[in-house]
Amino acid sequence: MSEELLNLTLHVWRQNGANDAGRFETHQASDISTHMSFLEMLDVVNEELIEKGEQPIAFDYDCREGICGTCGMVINGMAHGPQKLTTTCQLHMRQFNDGDEIWLEPWRASGFPVIKDLVVDRSALDRIIQAGGYISIRTGSASEANELPVAKEDADKAMDAAECIGCGACVAACPNASASLFTAAKIAHLSLLPQGQAERRDRARKMVAQMDAEGFGGCTNHGECEAACPKGVSLRWIARMNRELVRAMVKADTPIQRRDRAS
Amino acid sequence: MELRSNEPTGPIEHRWEKHKEASKLVAPANRRKYNIIVVGSGLAGGAAAASLGEMGYNVQCFCYQDSARRAHSIAAQGGINAAKNYQNDGDSVYRLFYDTVKGGDFRSRESNVYRLAELSVNIIDQAVAQGVPFAREYGGLLANRSFGGAQVSRTFYARGQTGQQLLLGAYQALSRQIEAGTVQMHTRTEMLDLIVHEGRARGIVTRCMKTGKIGAHIADMVVLCTGGYGNVFYLSTNAKGCNVTAAWRAHRHGAAFANPCYTQIHPTCIPQAGSYQSKLTLMSESLRNDGRVWVPRKTEDVTKRPEDIPEADRYYYLEERYPAFGNLVPRDVASRNALYVCNEGLGVGPEVDGERRAVYLDFADAINRLGEQTIRERYGNLFEMYERITGDSPYDTPMRIYPATHYTMGGLWVDYNLQTTIPGLFAGGEANFSDHGANRLGASALMQGLADGYFVLPFTVGNYLGEVRTLPPLAEDHPDVKQAVAGVSERIRKLMNAPDPKYPPEHFHRLLGKIIWTKCGMSRNKAGLEEALLEIPRLRDQFWREVKITGEGEELNQTLERAGRIADFFELGELMCLDALEREESCGGHFREEHEENGEALRDDENFSYVAAWEWTGNPAEPRLHKEPLSFEYVKPSKRSYK
Ligand SMILES: Cc1cc2nc3c(=O)[nH]c(=O)nc-3n(C[C@H](O)[C@H](O)[C@H](O)COP(=O)(O)OP(=O)(O)OC[C@H]3O[C@@H](n4cnc5c(N)ncnc54)[C@H](O)[C@@H]3O)c2cc1C
Ligand code: SF4
Ligand code: FES
Repeated sequence: MSEELLNLTLHVWRQNGANDAGRFETHQASDISTHMSFLEMLDVVNEELIEKGEQPIAFDYDCREGICGTCGMVINGMAHGPQKLTTTCQLHMRQFNDGDEIWLEPWRASGFPVIKDLVVDRSALDRIIQAGGYISIRTGSASEANELPVAKEDADKAMDAAECIGCGACVAACPNASASLFTAAKIAHLSLLPQGQAERRDRARKMVAQMDAEGFGGCTNHGECEAACPKGVSLRWIARMNRELVRAMVKADTPIQRRDRAS
Repeated sequence: MELRSNEPTGPIEHRWEKHKEASKLVAPANRRKYNIIVVGSGLAGGAAAASLGEMGYNVQCFCYQDSARRAHSIAAQGGINAAKNYQNDGDSVYRLFYDTVKGGDFRSRESNVYRLAELSVNIIDQAVAQGVPFAREYGGLLANRSFGGAQVSRTFYARGQTGQQLLLGAYQALSRQIEAGTVQMHTRTEMLDLIVHEGRARGIVTRCMKTGKIGAHIADMVVLCTGGYGNVFYLSTNAKGCNVTAAWRAHRHGAAFANPCYTQIHPTCIPQAGSYQSKLTLMSESLRNDGRVWVPRKTEDVTKRPEDIPEADRYYYLEERYPAFGNLVPRDVASRNALYVCNEGLGVGPEVDGERRAVYLDFADAINRLGEQTIRERYGNLFEMYERITGDSPYDTPMRIYPATHYTMGGLWVDYNLQTTIPGLFAGGEANFSDHGANRLGASALMQGLADGYFVLPFTVGNYLGEVRTLPPLAEDHPDVKQAVAGVSERIRKLMNAPDPKYPPEHFHRLLGKIIWTKCGMSRNKAGLEEALLEIPRLRDQFWREVKITGEGEELNQTLERAGRIADFFELGELMCLDALEREESCGGHFREEHEENGEALRDDENFSYVAAWEWTGNPAEPRLHKEPLSFEYVKPSKRSYK
């Protein structure tokens, strides 16, 4: 595909730590090749800022191939930008036009405090997993892997749910800043497999309790999360999570201890 | 320095069992008295930290990402090998062992490789029990595929995301231990030095990447599972943060670095599109099953549209040169041949820095033969990914591919216990050199990371602690600790205050990468390596003089993080070239142009059947070489031939 050069105006959210009020700053990005990735465009801008003696724009990234879930920013109001099923790092500049103005903001959610510029603290998602997003199996005590067949259909569905990369775009896209899609995906993955049955009830209750304790909002079925999700994680897992929860509550006899968000 | 491999002797199939029986144990009630530092939360580190925590030790685990789940193991696509023989095609532990020793071109330790093959079956059991959603057959049993030219189907996979699913399994096990309080996780925390006290590894110095705070963490021992050093090439399939810093700091304290010149260049990656390129994306090797590799025969055709080049003017160089294997020759052979045809001026695609470096991978024949639907089923995801990155659809026009650095077989030297030459310092996963010799077979790095993490380290760590019993307490204000902390602060101060700051760190990294890639990459020769050895120190001096970092050290500062890593890559790069120069033979991923026969690698078993373990002497230009001789009792060295 042929290459073009773009000139763009960036309005970038700059914020030095959670206590700074933050503001937009305007930068020009000149002669940007349409073959560049979005983050490479920011690299170019940052190298120029450094050469001028200014502070580069802080943004998170690692794998740059759409799998680690580290990158993420709101681009023109859309989590991960305009291309469907695409993380920020996989977005390429051919999605933009010469002369475009681009607004860049961090994930905004009370569960994700800003660390600097576009970098936020997503450790709340780790704590939701710690609350119960696992199967308790001691190292070395597993039985022969083929002893327990798993229907292909169930294994495939579990894999669909397990594709979540933990990026947090669903939270950023949700009007309530809910982490339901993320949480539901893990509950679904594990509850679909025979190995995940023993802890099934407690898992759903504990994870949802932790999600609430982290200050994420509730789900009111806007569906923005699914639209923003770079891995196409399905909204139907949230319905499934709610059923799991009802099942769990009916049978629950002990209350769940909520933990501090900072724990 | 003495290299003692500590391998058990006797029949190879009983060695690990025998070794375990002879090892020391720590009683369950005593385990919580021990503090263990695990640096890294990838397959190796995550599995080790979770398992050690579960056993009752006090574990501190570190990673530079914002979550343990993001270690670069997450990016592995293809699969993981295990000798389960579920397909009843004659696979066995012995056969996996045999293939791995041979694939490593007879430059690995037989005892280690056998153990790896033995443990492979336990890994699958463990992962399945954790809920890893491996692909299954209609009957509900686990599916396998054959991978990387293996003659048996022993590769387990989870769509194209095997590494992700295995890592999430380890991450979830780790999360369970964090919840249980046995593991304390430190994310966004980078290890910048090792603390050695009375000859033993006793802790690490870290920088908190959110606040810039430098701190010491003291423990009874340290385990490094910090991944590979492929980013020394600047462009690679590694994540941007992958680094050699932790391993290199250990090396500077006395841990021998083994076989640094053994790196693996993967043949099917998306080529560089411009000088701004920040990383290369791997495309699964499976594409070579149906794609045909070619370049134009005539240099004047390289700018033509591939559709406009008639069949007779296309050079299917792998099929012509290797009629028996064709497009399915091993990784190193495919990579090297792409290099050669591009050197001849036959490369295609856009010019980057004055060169065209890409070859075609063409699916037109396969689509004609099998239909577009079949190709879509086989490679749909990969084709989509390719189109997202390049803007071209492989259904309509051939893909362009070029090799890229993918894996590093070299790493910290370890004995059979995975202990480095510093007592109390262990290394697992890609960070060590242990099991792949001069060349790694596909789907075996995931296996090694998890074997080390779940099954070897938990055991050998216990043996070490059982042997040393109690170590004297080490206070934070002890001179050994204070000195290490002060050293780290001083280095950061130097980086932040270069005398003549001009360029951001990437500027130097790109230049370093280019030297290593062209002179210590797929094909090496004496003159090139000697040139590199002059250029690298020069560029390194310039880096320390002219690197420009804005902002402060005491805050989130990504420029500073990168600069520190690049500084270590400079020293490693020099060692790689020295190692490549010293190894006057061709083996596996190390191809010396002087040592070939009809274009094929020529190994020299008589003179080079050893592990090269380098000791730091204080002068990066003059490391000391130690040799661990290799002997082959079971798999007799033979020549690899693909003609
Ligand atoms: C694109 C790609 C595809 C691959 N596909 C396959 C495949 O199909 N099959 C296969 O077998 N292998 C594959 N490999 C190889 C395999 O994925 C890796 O070798 C393996 O996952 C490495 O695991 P690890 O635990 O050693 O390191 P990593 O997963 O890289 O983990 C390193 C850890 O160390 C931490 N760390 C590093 N430095 C520091 C520091 N200074 N301070 C603190 N923490 C630090 C990181 O935060 C991270 O947690 C692939 C590799 C790549 C790049
Ligand atoms: S559900 Fe989708 S958007 Fe949400 S964290 Fe997972 S991958 Fe990201
Ligand atoms: S950087 Fe890893 S998903 Fe974008």
